[in-house]
Amino acid sequence: MTTENKDTQWPLWEVFLQVKSGRPYGHVGSVHAADAEQALQNARDVYTRRQEGTAIWVVPADAITASTPEDMGPFFDPANDKVYRHPTFYKIPKGVNVDVH
Amino acid sequence: MEDLKRLEEFQAKIDAGEKIEPKDWMPDAYRKNLIRMMSQHAHSEIVGMLPEGNWIQRAPSLRRKLIATAKVQDEAGHGLYLYSAAETLGASREELLEALHNGKAKYSSIFNYPTLTWADMGAVGWLVDGAAMVNQVSLIGTSYGPYSRAMVRICREEAFHNRQGYEIIAELCNGTEEQKEMAQDALNRWWWPSIMMFGPSDADSPHSEQALKWGIKAEGNDSLRQKFITMTVPQAHARGLTIPDPDLKYNEETKQWEFGEVDWDEFFNVIKGNGIMNRKRLKDRNAAHDNGKWVRDAAAAYALKKKTKVA
Repeated sequence: MTTENKDTQWPLWEVFLQVKSGRPYGHVGSVHAADAEQALQNARDVYTRRQEGTAIWVVPADAITASTPEDMGPFFDPANDKVYRHPTFYKIPKGVNVDVH
Repeated sequence: MEDLKRLEEFQAKIDAGEKIEPKDWMPDAYRKNLIRMMSQHAHSEIVGMLPEGNWIQRAPSLRRKLIATAKVQDEAGHGLYLYSAAETLGASREELLEALHNGKAKYSSIFNYPTLTWADMGAVGWLVDGAAMVNQVSLIGTSYGPYSRAMVRICREEAFHNRQGYEIIAELCNGTEEQKEMAQDALNRWWWPSIMMFGPSDADSPHSEQALKWGIKAEGNDSLRQKFITMTVPQAHARGLTIPDPDLKYNEETKQWEFGEVDWDEFFNVIKGNGIMNRKRLKDRNAAHDNGKWVRDAAAAYALKKKTKVA
């Protein structure tokens, strides 16, 4: 990117926000910015005007690899037939409590 | 053949209330319709900054000045959420802005009316943002995921815009006779344009039917308009204000306020570019963009300098 270009569109950054300390980061949208530092500042101004977050990640949009909707079936089907991975699969004799509280 | 099957699956998904996400298959017309609608919505937020920005310097107190500034910043933010959502469908920010600046793209006609007095700031928040809220709450139900998520955010923030507007009007109504007249005058000028914000009647709206079938819009123009009117009339009466519609009457059976004939000629005339402020808004928007060029250039030069240093 050079400064001669009249109106070059800056790179796109995807914005992830942690809404509260200890919580996972979630995607909230995107911003355009010339560099990472400006992307952070833009993300702060656009997505946290009311203290909606405690921390922000900005990630160059083209650095993200995503699964495709067409593959959705075959891609996730290894987990389809494994009900035994869920606690409800198991029968526990009456009168015994195995749940941790 | 393949497309027909996909189209059926697509429609079934929408009918089941599922959201469509950026990488999902979608008909070309769905994509185009959404880009048009989301970018128009984004442009409206950005142009909407102009009539209010005009009042920041003249707000009657520091409190009002802070509120006006925060509101205009919100409108910028809302525009950016919506551009970001439109970009997920492959539109580029540059081409969207270019279409706004060269006058090819539309934005809400309401911003082609002038904000003449401080009471207009109240009317804009109360009526214009109120009407926008009714529309946007309904759009949370849109079938396109990123659009829906942007609406959730916007509605959460917009509630303050609406309330601060009504507060301004209420304050004026409690003031001197002259201040009360100012409030009534603002209502007189903003009432009908606000009602037109919902667009022409569904029967005359070219995009409405398909947009409803694909869940792009969750509710028709007429029913949203009625919702806004029935909600707003009592708010006016509570302050002793008169709605400028001689045919307005309450229907005991339907519990709705029935209203008179809307002057759609005026609406289409303003859309065509003949409103009082069309030319000025476009000129100011272009100037704002051009005057910000040195900031964009500086940021680009700084990014380049840092990159070369690292390399």
